Amino acid sequence: MTLSLTPKRKQKLYVILGLVALAAIAVGLTLYALRANINLFFSPVQIAAGEAPIERQIRAGGMVREGTVVRNPDSLDVEFTVTDYVDDLRVHYSGILPDLFREGQGVVVVGQLQQSGYLKADQVLARHDENYMPPEVAQALEEAGYKPEDFQQKAADVAKRLEAEDANGDSATSSSY
Amino acid sequence: MLTQMIPEIGHYALVIALLLAVIQAVMPLAGAATRRPLWMAYARPMATGQFLFVAIAYACLTTSYMLDDFSVANVANNSNSMLPWYYKFSAVWGNHEGSVLLWSLMLAGWGYAAASFSRELPRDMVARVLGVMGLVCVGFLLFILVTSNPFERLLPHMPADGADLNPLLQDIGLILHPPMLYMGYVGFSVVFAFAIAALLGGRLDAAWARWARPWTNLAWACLTVGIALGSWWAYYELGWGGWWFWDPVENASLLPWLTGTALMHSLAVTEKRGAFKSWTLLLAITTFSLSLLGTFLVRSGVLTSVHAFANDPSRGFFILMLLGITVGLSLLIFALRAPRVSHKVGFSWLSRDALLLINNLMLVIMTVTVLLGTVYPLLLDALDLGKISVGPPYFNALFVPLTLIMSVFMGLGPISRWKETAPSLLVRRLWLAAVVAVVLGAALPLIFAERWSAPVAVGLIAALWIVLPMLRDLYDKIRRASTLGAGLKKLSLAYWGMQLGHLGVAVTIVGVAVVSNYNIERNVRMGPGDSVQVAGYTFTMIELTDRRGANFLADRAVIEVQRGDSNRRFTMNPEKRLYLATGMPMTQVALRPGLFRDLYVAMGEDLGDGSWAMRVQYKPFVRWLWLGALLMSIGGVLAVADKRYRRMATAPDPEETALKPAGGDRGKEATA
Repeated sequence: MTLSLTPKRKQKLYVILGLVALAAIAVGLTLYALRANINLFFSPVQIAAGEAPIERQIRAGGMVREGTVVRNPDSLDVEFTVTDYVDDLRVHYSGILPDLFREGQGVVVVGQLQQSGYLKADQVLARHDENYMPPEVAQALEEAGYKPEDFQQKAADVAKRLEAEDANGDSATSSSY
Repeated sequence: MLTQMIPEIGHYALVIALLLAVIQAVMPLAGAATRRPLWMAYARPMATGQFLFVAIAYACLTTSYMLDDFSVANVANNSNSMLPWYYKFSAVWGNHEGSVLLWSLMLAGWGYAAASFSRELPRDMVARVLGVMGLVCVGFLLFILVTSNPFERLLPHMPADGADLNPLLQDIGLILHPPMLYMGYVGFSVVFAFAIAALLGGRLDAAWARWARPWTNLAWACLTVGIALGSWWAYYELGWGGWWFWDPVENASLLPWLTGTALMHSLAVTEKRGAFKSWTLLLAITTFSLSLLGTFLVRSGVLTSVHAFANDPSRGFFILMLLGITVGLSLLIFALRAPRVSHKVGFSWLSRDALLLINNLMLVIMTVTVLLGTVYPLLLDALDLGKISVGPPYFNALFVPLTLIMSVFMGLGPISRWKETAPSLLVRRLWLAAVVAVVLGAALPLIFAERWSAPVAVGLIAALWIVLPMLRDLYDKIRRASTLGAGLKKLSLAYWGMQLGHLGVAVTIVGVAVVSNYNIERNVRMGPGDSVQVAGYTFTMIELTDRRGANFLADRAVIEVQRGDSNRRFTMNPEKRLYLATGMPMTQVALRPGLFRDLYVAMGEDLGDGSWAMRVQYKPFVRWLWLGALLMSIGGVLAVADKRYRRMATAPDPEETALKPAGGDRGKEATA
């Protein structure tokens, strides 16, 4: 079979071949970059069960357990415990915590889990969530065989109590956290 | 009595607008299909009427906000009697229902504009364009009336006062950013309608491209400014000095911008050379679809961010349906009709055509990578395959090299010729620019910065490589004229638009490269009397005070800044505010802006012993990011003002400049 390749057809062929090659390279690079840069989410109960990888970038989240926030008086280092009310995760962070960071509120931290069991966070994200528990955490609890509603309720109670204490105090200097 | 009925009037106006939109969609399209002038003539009055009634509805909602009518649920949830009037005014679009109403208002507004400025278009083209726009309006008005009625009442249990606007939104940024962004998003509906009309009518020639280009440029210019405003807002409002986060919501606005940019360039080829026709149509469809996708992502609640106001699955489902119908129908029409309008034009591999093709490819690859990174986590989540997030490293790893590759071709594009360019010509005109770009780009960081940085050098080389060939081109054009004035006069506005637009890209590249690599951030513990040195500036905390604002209490730091050993001092006053109605804290940054550097001070948190965690930043060239975007959009608008679009208004001559031989009037050609 002879295929007559007029210049126009030839050009068209090259365009298509070029497109396919470029698309293949692009998709390949993209998937590679995606593999290297996705952060999986783990809740304290999953981390306690040893599901999370050590020293790889992960996201973790839960509620900040009340009374666990400890600041180093000389630097900006801070430690706190994130909990899903089943298991706890100790978090070390150096820097400024977000405005909405409070005890009893939901947070998501991004960082690496260390051999000794604490998480070294590069980033702390807080959110003012009317559900009182990040949906990822609730789902992880459910998968671990707990009833998330019970813990939702507990989280809501703690948050409400803390909020009420906050409101009773002098709200302008509400530095209880 | 009448004021109490305002919400009902607004609601009723929306219903009327919906009916008008239905007529606007059905009659002209049917008329164009059956060649009935009377039916086609419905298009303009219906578009006008629809705009009028949506505007009435919008005015009613705004009035309810201004009058503090807390019996309207939307007002009660998003406003407060203590709120200053300008925030009440902008709070209308600071929530889901109101922002969709604004979306629709702009959609109707663009439809009205298309109806007003299309006197010279063929009757069936106008009918089809407005008919398609009417269809889109029907979708959005239905969306409002069915799932997101902004006029819902809280009767008889109306609250005494409103829940207040989210403090993050109480800012000039809210007044400017969403309307601009929406203008861009929605503006692409016009070129989308033009594309569908071309497919339905089977007419796609140089005249069509010339009609579609101004609309595309305008929408694109608005979107550019909207994105830049969003970035600028995030920069000072979120309190940690980032200007782009690769947040899904930001990506949602970047996606139509990327394809919109490709579309502008592809339209240039379609107008000048009659090529890339199907490709142009596909880009128009894609751009508007991505605008809808952006709306879906932001409005459906699949994302959690400051932008996602409501988590109502029925709304997400509705928009997803709307998106599915739009994409499905338009692609179907494209598949059926595109062969009729496509037309093969040959070109050489070294020509402006080919370079624009490469530009388009790069932009589309960027779009795909960003889209993948944005949607992949959502897909995995929807399929229950795990909760992941894709971080900025992914986007940077792909977007930065792609941008650099594209800037190589951006240097070549503007000085090459249509159809065919001799390699020797390019080499002769560009070798000097290339040498200067490399030498200067590598040397500048060495001279002006304390430490040399390879990424900055690469960024500068890329930017210079974009700018220098354009200067060379400008020089060549003016040199040929008898006097400088005559030479400048001969250059068309479209040419200046292209120059400015590309200059804007270069400026933004410089900004990104420098601020990303020479940014200095210090997080420190500071009490009164403490000082910290950042980039040659000494920041000293003088005292901590507090003050009361209209609806907040603030802790305020007084920071004195001294540069080097000079005696010039100034103070900066960052604040940590507590908004009374919501009890939400917020960081108010103190900024000292400058063309070459910003100083940025934010209060972190009270550490309890009289000192605060402070974030002090030195951000060189950060303004260039937004300055570049501004230049780009001015370029886009300038090109619209070109006289060939105005001439069209007086003497329609479709074939006039369409297919002139290459190398003719170069000033007129240089519009890519």
